[in-house]
Amino acid sequence: MLIPLAMGGMLAGCTGPLSTLAPAGPTAGSIASLWWVMLAGATALFALVMGLFALVMLRPDWARRISPGRWIVLGGLVLPAIVLTPLLVFALLTGERLLPRLAADPMRIEAEARQWEWTFRYPAAGGAETRGVLHLPAGTPVDVVVTSTDVIHAFWIPRLAGKIDAVPGHANVLRIEADRPGTYQGLCNEFCGVGHTGMRFDVIVHPAVEFPASLAAAAAGKVQP
Amino acid sequence: MSSSQDDTATSGASQPAASAGAALSLHRQLTEIWKTGPGWQRLAAVNHSVLGIRFMVTALVFFGIGGVLGMLTRVQLATPMATFMEPGTYNQVFTMHGSIMLFLFAIPMLEGIAVYLTPKILGTRDFAFPRLTAYGYWCYLFGGTILTVSLLAGVAPDSGWFMYTPLSSNVYTPGINADVWLLGVTFVEISALTLAVEIVVSILTMRAPGMSLDRMPIFGWYMLVTALMMILAFPPLILGSILLESERAFGLPFFDPTRGGDPLLWQHLFWLFGHPDVYIIFLPMAGLLSTMIPVLAGTVLVGYRAIVVAIIGLAFASFGIWVHHMFTVGIPHLALAFFSTGSAIVAVPTAVQIFAWLATLAQGKPRWNVPMLYVFGFFSTFVMGGLTGVMLAIVPFDWQAHDTYFVVAHFHYVIAGSVAFPLFGALYYWLPLLTGRVAVYRLSVPAFWLIFVGFNMTFFLMHLVGLLGMPRRIYTYPDVESWTWLNLLSSVGGFIMTIGFALAVIDLLAQIRFGRRVRRDPWKAATLEWAMPIPPAPYGFASLPHVETRADRLAVGEIAPALARGEGYLGFTRHGWQETLGVHMTTGAPEQLIVLPRATYLPLWTALATAAAVLSMLAKLYWLTALMAAVTIALFVFAARMAGFDRDYGRMPVGRGVSLPVHTEVVHPPAWWALVFTLVADATLFTSLVFGLLFLWISAPNWPPNGVPDTDLALALAAMAALGISALFARAALRALVGRRTPRLWMGLATLALLAAIGLAVVLIAGIVPHPSAHALGATAAALLTFVVVHAGIGLLFLLTATLRLASGHASPRRAIDLRLARLWIDYTAITGAVAIGLVLALPALVTMLGMRP
Ligand SMILES: [Cu+2]
Ligand SMILES: [Cu+2]
Repeated sequence: MLIPLAMGGMLAGCTGPLSTLAPAGPTAGSIASLWWVMLAGATALFALVMGLFALVMLRPDWARRISPGRWIVLGGLVLPAIVLTPLLVFALLTGERLLPRLAADPMRIEAEARQWEWTFRYPAAGGAETRGVLHLPAGTPVDVVVTSTDVIHAFWIPRLAGKIDAVPGHANVLRIEADRPGTYQGLCNEFCGVGHTGMRFDVIVHPAVEFPASLAAAAAGKVQP
Repeated sequence: MSSSQDDTATSGASQPAASAGAALSLHRQLTEIWKTGPGWQRLAAVNHSVLGIRFMVTALVFFGIGGVLGMLTRVQLATPMATFMEPGTYNQVFTMHGSIMLFLFAIPMLEGIAVYLTPKILGTRDFAFPRLTAYGYWCYLFGGTILTVSLLAGVAPDSGWFMYTPLSSNVYTPGINADVWLLGVTFVEISALTLAVEIVVSILTMRAPGMSLDRMPIFGWYMLVTALMMILAFPPLILGSILLESERAFGLPFFDPTRGGDPLLWQHLFWLFGHPDVYIIFLPMAGLLSTMIPVLAGTVLVGYRAIVVAIIGLAFASFGIWVHHMFTVGIPHLALAFFSTGSAIVAVPTAVQIFAWLATLAQGKPRWNVPMLYVFGFFSTFVMGGLTGVMLAIVPFDWQAHDTYFVVAHFHYVIAGSVAFPLFGALYYWLPLLTGRVAVYRLSVPAFWLIFVGFNMTFFLMHLVGLLGMPRRIYTYPDVESWTWLNLLSSVGGFIMTIGFALAVIDLLAQIRFGRRVRRDPWKAATLEWAMPIPPAPYGFASLPHVETRADRLAVGEIAPALARGEGYLGFTRHGWQETLGVHMTTGAPEQLIVLPRATYLPLWTALATAAAVLSMLAKLYWLTALMAAVTIALFVFAARMAGFDRDYGRMPVGRGVSLPVHTEVVHPPAWWALVFTLVADATLFTSLVFGLLFLWISAPNWPPNGVPDTDLALALAAMAALGISALFARAALRALVGRRTPRLWMGLATLALLAAIGLAVVLIAGIVPHPSAHALGATAAALLTFVVVHAGIGLLFLLTATLRLASGHASPRRAIDLRLARLWIDYTAITGAVAIGLVLALPALVTMLGMRP
């Protein structure tokens, strides 16, 4: 009863504004593909082990024909080796592709966290600054330099990419890219005190050609909701 | 007991009693010696059966409290924008839910199981240090009470159960909330650590004669590996808590990035503990399963050796992969690949165990009964949690799933489902042992299905809501997301699960009251805990068996009556002693007669003094803390002063024609090994401190400090020399005592040398540049030197105890354990002291090298 319900829920709910399964950028896209591959593998493995459990309980005569040593070697060594090796290789390659260092020197944006709001600075745009709203150009990789002035926070836009922590005293870099213009949501993903729940931000992605003008207008407006 | 009984028993030592009448009289004599008194005397209990049950019952109470807190979070999250709780309250509730479940339920529960079951399965009468068990229990009870009361008072910890700094520092959490966590949990942890040492020493030295390590039932291996892991895993957290508390209380900036500390150091120390902790909780449950499954299937365990290798491998691996909890803190990619691979490889030893259990079931004729239902529950939750664990070990996926409800779902499958199901299965399986009654299953089956369905409904759906982007630790959420209905169903599932647990507890209580009486071994099991009348008498075995095969395939039905008639070892009483046997660590050959201490209030008083020290620290009455710490130490010295005998006995008959020396007269009694393993724990703490210094030097912001450390070379060398000399004097003292000369002069000189070392180290601390509160460099230098002072101080206590015991006749050339312990401790102090002071001397060079830092 649970599994079909869950599956239905998964398909219906994939489209949420914070859903990692509704990717809107290359990084979130490849991680979502990784997830679907792992889900298929995990479902098969779960069915296999529980099927074996049902077998030994319901058809012990059949199960007894496999020697004990073979159970342990096949299940404990061969099976994990078959499953883990390709998974790890695939995952490492995916991780490698997501690294900031692989593309040449994209635009940098600074994201500074404090209890409980986000400030974004755009050094390439003459030090423009926005609060609570991150402006991005579409189809362009951007390196976000994430810092904190007080406690640890984490910078996360689920539909664009994974998260990275904002650790006081350290600067972490996260590469993000949005495929299309639109509005997305970001949030703080490391517990940071009583205001943690409300520490969200909006992400407005502009067409790349309009980005400088839109950013300038937004920064000049200064007043943020 | 009367002295005439005493005499007949002694003279009859070599003649086993033959008739049932003799068995009954032996039972009466042993009970008189081993029993815990009625009324208030229960507070003096040191018996492992009594204390094991207390641990388990107390842990179940905390399980109830933690469960209620968990349900409160589900009420709050059932609907969007709920106003049931304020965010501040919610933060306390989820922090305490995690802290209680892990520190006050899971760990003490496994300790209770270890204390209750291990001596019985290994065929001995008690653990090695009954008074320490009692002290550990009281510390757990008082520490847990402090934490719970803080919740009622509204000042409970609220920074999350892993207490990340700087949020938990005094700048961002100025109240006592974080202090409650640091002091309360450390209090409980230290009690867990003492128990871990006791479990290791007891398993290694106190088994049935003939039980070599490879004949030990698999449960013994699981407990041995678990306790060794505790010895290595708790010290980093204890060190972290001490450093964080001294940052909060005295301003030493170990984790403050503005003064050369680094919040990431806390995360490393925490997860160095936190990751192995998952296995520390899981392995005993796997041990219960490995014991139950063969019996339920009517066969023997398949793959004994493979399982032993697997759990040792798992233990090693678990210390190498703590960083997988920190994949998002900004760690170099190569390191991520290493930790990711390591985390995935953990699947191998886990799979070995799962398939060994499947093979065992396949070899036998498994019966569907209530414990087996819980085995089924375990299999499904554990496989599910294991699979999502492999997913989370994959770094890119973790970047998305980290700190979302996907992780919450994962770890509830791994450490809630995979603990609760085996635990309740084990409760049903071993309840006849505890109560002498077998179950009449009425409520048991519906209770199981309610738990099973409720559990999966609650936590399976959390995977989805996590993937849909719901972060953990938010107190509410807006109604716009697809999260709403998933959360509501999770909460409904939570209530179903809670009702199931409540029914299961009622069912268990009903069986304690109304179960059908049985004499022994209702499961046709083949391990020694069933080779006794049930419920067990306080002495456990009326006489100890000699084991000649692997001790999980014994003919329990034949052994039990013979043991009850006193036909094994020690089937008699003498001098009112609580006697059991010590064996060779690997071969199991009997080596010593161990005489255990009897019931005493001392553990209670000592734990009360310790609790007073903790409470006064919370109240910031540091003078009272110092006083109460001194009282605690004095009580320990007092307990040590009275231990053992004030005369030599030589070899004593122990039955079956064997004579053995008393434990006071052997070179390596359990106390020796206890100190060895304590020093292993202590060395882990010291290594973590050195790691901390090097970590800050390599990665912390705001280095180098203003002002270069300039340690007085002459003073430092003099301190090192004083430590070395005290070690030499301590050795000379031991040689003198064993050689029948008086050791007093050497002991006095060793004392003076230690005092000199302490004085010099204190002068060095006073001169540290930069000032310890100004920069982490000074703070770590102070921590290293304080470590030396504390250890030299404890060395003084060892010498003091030895002096008192020499004076009272408790030490003699044959009973030289006191000076052996003192020698070992002071050797260790001299070695770690040299490293610590050497590091302090090397600090200027380290700072100069900072130019090379990337
Ligand atoms: Cu935050
Ligand atoms: Cu872990």
